[in-house]
Amino acid sequence: MVGLIDLVQTLTTPHPLDRYLELVRPTLTARELRAEITHVRRSVPGSVTLTLRPTRQWRGHAAGQYVQIGVVIDGIRHIRCYSPVNPEGRRDRHIQLTVKAHPGGLVSQYLYRNAVPGMVVSLEPAAGVFRLPEPRPERVLLISGGSGITPVLSMLRTLAEEGYPGELAFLHYAKSPEAVPHRAELEVIAQANKNFRIEMRHPGDGSGYFDYDQLERVAPWFADGETYVCGPQGLMAAVRKIFEAEQLSDRLHAEEFTLATTPVDADEAFGTVSFSASGKNAENNGAVLLEQAEAAGLTPEYGCRMGICFSCTAVRRTGCTRNVRTGETNSDPDQPIQLCINAPVGDVEIDI
Amino acid sequence: MTILTETKDGPLVLSPDQVEELGRALDDLRARIVADLGDSDREYIYSIIKAQRGFEIAGRSLMYLGFLPPFWLAAVAALSVSKILDNMEIGHNVMHGQYDWMRERGLNSREFEWDTVCPADQWKHSHNYLHHTYTNIHGMDRDIGYGILRMDESQKWNPLRLGQPLYAFGLMVLFEWGVMGHDLEVENIIRGKRSWSDIKKLVKGQWRKAGRQVLKDYVVFPALTGPLFVSTLAGNVTANLVRNLWAFSIIFCGHFPTGVQTFTEAETAEETRGEWYVRQMLGSANITGSKLFHIMSGNLSHQIEHHLFPDLPANRYPQLAPEVRELCEKYGLPYNTGSLGQQVGSVWMKIFKLALPPFLVGKESTPGVIVMRQQVVSSDLQAVASGNTTEVGV
Repeated sequence: MVGLIDLVQTLTTPHPLDRYLELVRPTLTARELRAEITHVRRSVPGSVTLTLRPTRQWRGHAAGQYVQIGVVIDGIRHIRCYSPVNPEGRRDRHIQLTVKAHPGGLVSQYLYRNAVPGMVVSLEPAAGVFRLPEPRPERVLLISGGSGITPVLSMLRTLAEEGYPGELAFLHYAKSPEAVPHRAELEVIAQANKNFRIEMRHPGDGSGYFDYDQLERVAPWFADGETYVCGPQGLMAAVRKIFEAEQLSDRLHAEEFTLATTPVDADEAFGTVSFSASGKNAENNGAVLLEQAEAAGLTPEYGCRMGICFSCTAVRRTGCTRNVRTGETNSDPDQPIQLCINAPVGDVEIDI
Repeated sequence: MTILTETKDGPLVLSPDQVEELGRALDDLRARIVADLGDSDREYIYSIIKAQRGFEIAGRSLMYLGFLPPFWLAAVAALSVSKILDNMEIGHNVMHGQYDWMRERGLNSREFEWDTVCPADQWKHSHNYLHHTYTNIHGMDRDIGYGILRMDESQKWNPLRLGQPLYAFGLMVLFEWGVMGHDLEVENIIRGKRSWSDIKKLVKGQWRKAGRQVLKDYVVFPALTGPLFVSTLAGNVTANLVRNLWAFSIIFCGHFPTGVQTFTEAETAEETRGEWYVRQMLGSANITGSKLFHIMSGNLSHQIEHHLFPDLPANRYPQLAPEVRELCEKYGLPYNTGSLGQQVGSVWMKIFKLALPPFLVGKESTPGVIVMRQQVVSSDLQAVASGNTTEVGV
């Protein structure tokens, strides 16, 4: 197959074959992975569950991993990470994503409002080390909060499908019972698996925040098991603190769950600029990235130094930058930016 | 060079304040367009890509009927249109970063390659960086004559220049190869300013890119038509030639028609953004025409708008043009435009005229517009008024 694609690409050179095929049908691609939305369900207020059918290049996901999907909004393709909630290794090769519409979340709001069957999104292979190990641990503790439920839900469903014989506890924190996605399914799993202990907490109603007592009650064996946690900063910190105190950090597996935030004052210079490809760091001095890179002893390619020639374009891995010509700030990860007209706002990682 | 804007009292003089005011007006215009970019621009570029792919497939398919002359002609026409669209409205503009904001892999300036023998990265260096940053500055912008032609009076004449119309014709016919060789700066190697080792990497890249292009157009596609090998080969050669003639003509109309100014390094040292804008306006020329003509020229018929805003999607240039023209009128600046016939005629006239020794054709170069520069205003107003070493535009 690959040989054939190469051969055909000799004919379509210099354009990749996919640049022709996608015009016929967006899901007809030789190399690029994409997915078509086949079902849209809005059962929980403020969140939407999408079923996606990936193109044939899809190699599946391991429970806990994430995928990147890209949707076009106002002409611009925006990429976001979501963890599939479906169990791993299913034969139907579908992906199920539950997306919570965050206030001010461009992509999540868009999907919540506009996702319809037939919509095609770009897709990257599943990635991430937050995943169930093989062979499965004898005891598993899953803790999640809010929309952090998605990767651990996939773990829970995978273990349920496999008929996991060990001991499992799942502790989830949500604003209210209504805000928990896939609640009915959780009940079914709980009833079908006597060795599973599934508990919901709604701190707002007085059922309390995560603490040592709750941990002891739900999984008194937690020191012998493997713990997987994903949720808001506060929950993560609380769990981490206890595991550190118990010297069990190596048994704790956490998935960061952060929302990109734009600092209030974009003109203020603070934080660190890290040039990841060269392993150098510099204190952000407020100058444009090209100048800061040069001051740090790097020699990135550049041209006009005024934003017209695009010679100095490099990928901003993380952080927020400000376009000094327009004043606009942007903090989408993994975006190519022009170094000569973009200044870092706070911590920024640039791939040079 | 004829002067378009010379007033009764001599050339038009712009004060530093006027220049900066003009610069701010252009920045505002740019910001308005940037804020408005969206779905319609995306649809536009994809519709052009679809059309280009359609013409390409039609052209390649019709070659199978190439034994019938009308079909051969239709095949060549379709393939020529495909190559022109690919190079001009798609390739040139995508590689300028005009569609980078869409964050689409296939339309990103870092990754895009075009259907011509010149590798994208080399073209981006000689064109996006050198030509667009140092537009019409002698010794900096190698597009003034491309190292082989005398396109401005300040370039020295020598007897070899007599052959210039022939060189220009040769460049037009082999334009894609000329564009490929541009970044090598061969004339600088001959002059000893550049060594062979400097260009080793460039040659390697050219060998790879041109090899693939030649293999596709002159070996694989002809072979796929079996007994029609020669007919298809001839068709593909012709389509590349048509693209060359067209691209050369459009591109030469951008900076060489009568009335376009050139600059020296000293005049343009430490330019402000406003001064940079003014230089772009004085150094570029437009071509008038229909919507279809603008698309087929990659909107380089709006060369002035392109040089002011090289990274704005080209389909916006027609919308920008009236406002740019209005600004020119407001400040008394020339807005150099004319029909394709006029501009091409003017370019070839210049090619012929500058082939001849200066004593035969006389010297006509006088600045049309003088830009007063900030650093001299405070210290030496007298010098500005007398137009000595202090102005741009000589």
